Amino acid sequence: MKANSLGSLSNIFVVLLLAGGVWLARIVARDRYWRENASQLWQRRPLALIALALFLLIGLLDSVGWVGGGTPGEDDVAALRSRTLIDRLFQPERFTEASYSAPLATHGFYGGQPLKHPGKHLLGTDILGRDVIYRAFKGVRVALLIGGFTSLIVIPIALVFGVFAGYFGKRIDDAVFFLMTVLASVPSLLLLIALVMVMGRGTLQVCVALGITGWVHFCRIARGETLKLREAEFVDAARALGVSDLTIIRRHVLPNIAHLIIITFALSFTGLVLAETILSYLGIGLDGSWGQMIDQARNELSRTPIIWWNLAGASVALFTLILAVNMIADALRDIIDPRTRREGQ
Amino acid sequence: MGAYLIRRLFYGLITVLGVLLLLFVLFFAVTDPDDIARKAMGERARPEVYALWKKNHGYDRPLLFNRAHAAGDTRRYTDTLLFDHYRRMLTFDFGNSDADDSPIARRLKEGMGPSLSLTVPLFAFGLVLGVLLALFVAFFRETYIDRAVLVLCMLTMSIAGLLYIISGQYLIGMLLKWFPISGFAFEPYLASRFLALPVLVGVVSGIGADVRLYRTIFVEESNRDYVRTARAKGCGEVRVMLAHVLRNALIPILSNVVITIPFLFTGALLLESFFGIPGLGSLTVEAIQGNDFSTLRTMVYLGALLFIAGQILTDISYALADPRVRLT
Repeated sequence: MKANSLGSLSNIFVVLLLAGGVWLARIVARDRYWRENASQLWQRRPLALIALALFLLIGLLDSVGWVGGGTPGEDDVAALRSRTLIDRLFQPERFTEASYSAPLATHGFYGGQPLKHPGKHLLGTDILGRDVIYRAFKGVRVALLIGGFTSLIVIPIALVFGVFAGYFGKRIDDAVFFLMTVLASVPSLLLLIALVMVMGRGTLQVCVALGITGWVHFCRIARGETLKLREAEFVDAARALGVSDLTIIRRHVLPNIAHLIIITFALSFTGLVLAETILSYLGIGLDGSWGQMIDQARNELSRTPIIWWNLAGASVALFTLILAVNMIADALRDIIDPRTRREGQ
Repeated sequence: MGAYLIRRLFYGLITVLGVLLLLFVLFFAVTDPDDIARKAMGERARPEVYALWKKNHGYDRPLLFNRAHAAGDTRRYTDTLLFDHYRRMLTFDFGNSDADDSPIARRLKEGMGPSLSLTVPLFAFGLVLGVLLALFVAFFRETYIDRAVLVLCMLTMSIAGLLYIISGQYLIGMLLKWFPISGFAFEPYLASRFLALPVLVGVVSGIGADVRLYRTIFVEESNRDYVRTARAKGCGEVRVMLAHVLRNALIPILSNVVITIPFLFTGALLLESFFGIPGLGSLTVEAIQGNDFSTLRTMVYLGALLFIAGQILTDISYALADPRVRLT
């Protein structure tokens, strides 16, 4: 019953994520600084934000699932599997063909027998007859997991290390700085590969490996910025008034590095998702990712007649997500970062 | 200067020792030697075969303490995996591959040439083209040309490296037939035919990020006071860009670039593997696919070593060039 427990875990996670989103939205709505930044971002990049929201919606729909309510006549194993809303929408058990079929085709690609669902596959089917749109949709959740979920876990840990090292200095700083230097010395792709090889394949392992390699980046920024803030006059003033260190960190340091963390998050998101495509090519990627779809489809271009829809489906989905996040990150940097703000004038 | 140099080298050495500890934890403590043996010899070999394989590849000793030796004997600490790992890596004695027992040092020597023949032109063309394009864009800053190129950069940055290679091989190699799709030769003319396509693909896939970075540096530099002075004394805009902005911006650009030079030696993972270039990148990919842990370990170590060396060189050249860096 492993699949079931995973399914319910995913449901709980969706609820937590939605609650976090509401909480974040309330903070943004209350604070004037963040409210203005958010509305500026919306004015500058409406399309990218809408695209990202669509991806998030698909990812969430693909995370809510339950057992039962399957199609009649399926086998017992399939009946016990938790199915997500996306699965229920596409009905992948029935919505398949024998093998390749071109987009919107009525007859099979090889042999030319009539299809079971003529004209219904908007982007055709892959070698096993699975619908390409369905597979691309399933990849959304994997991509968000790689880029977002990993960062959500890594950022708090990196913040604790970085802020404490920067704020308290001395031995703590030495230890954290040494750890950062060692991890940063290993080329990140090689470290990533070594970690996945050692820990074995699987969603959790790849996410942990991506987290360990991405951790240093956040930690370095948090430490550097805290070092600067420690000397700031308002921190001195708070200390003179007898405010405790932890309260200073919570009330004065963390809010002042939040903008940098957001920008770094947006930039590292794309890096993580793109790194996974390389892992997929090496055969150690995540199951169902766009990287895997691209890897499986890479030899199909040399077939005659050419089979392009598998590659196109995964690539376009990947490209759209990365482009949307890149554009949002770029706009965020212009809006929030005071150093780039003057540059545009 | 001498004291600074010694301290910097000492810290570099400590970092290398730290990296080796990381590798030890990953490849010996986390990975079970039985697993490595099983992957090398297949799932169904007899236990004696695994034991022999582990003995031949040096995986049969204990991790930290060898209790087979007496308490006062130094071999209690030296006849272990930890000590052996440090000794061999620090003396560059990499041993044999876990997959096919070939000496790793020989394969490194063989792979260095093909790797460099790909990465050096890639690096040179990429740098020159990136700087020129960024200079061009910075010259037209805040115009439609600038916006268009920036959008184009953003688009090229959003495409996965894998797709550049696949589409490059398909369009230029298969449809247009300008260059061979993959392969390698040691004879210079043939090699240039084989290398043209991977270099082209590599340059195109990396140029977007470079141009954006260099443009920012150029634009920042062209807002400085000395540029205004140059304009005031009657320099034309072209002369300002080439003689003043470019020369001053080269310092931050080079400091960004120098740190990547050591990685020319480790080759390009994806490009080499797709285009059939028998370099160190291909070696790494083969090691991953063949569960060759000892080769992978060596490659990670070499990559880290080159990075640390590059960083020390950068720091020292900074210290020599910039009087503001305190040498205490």
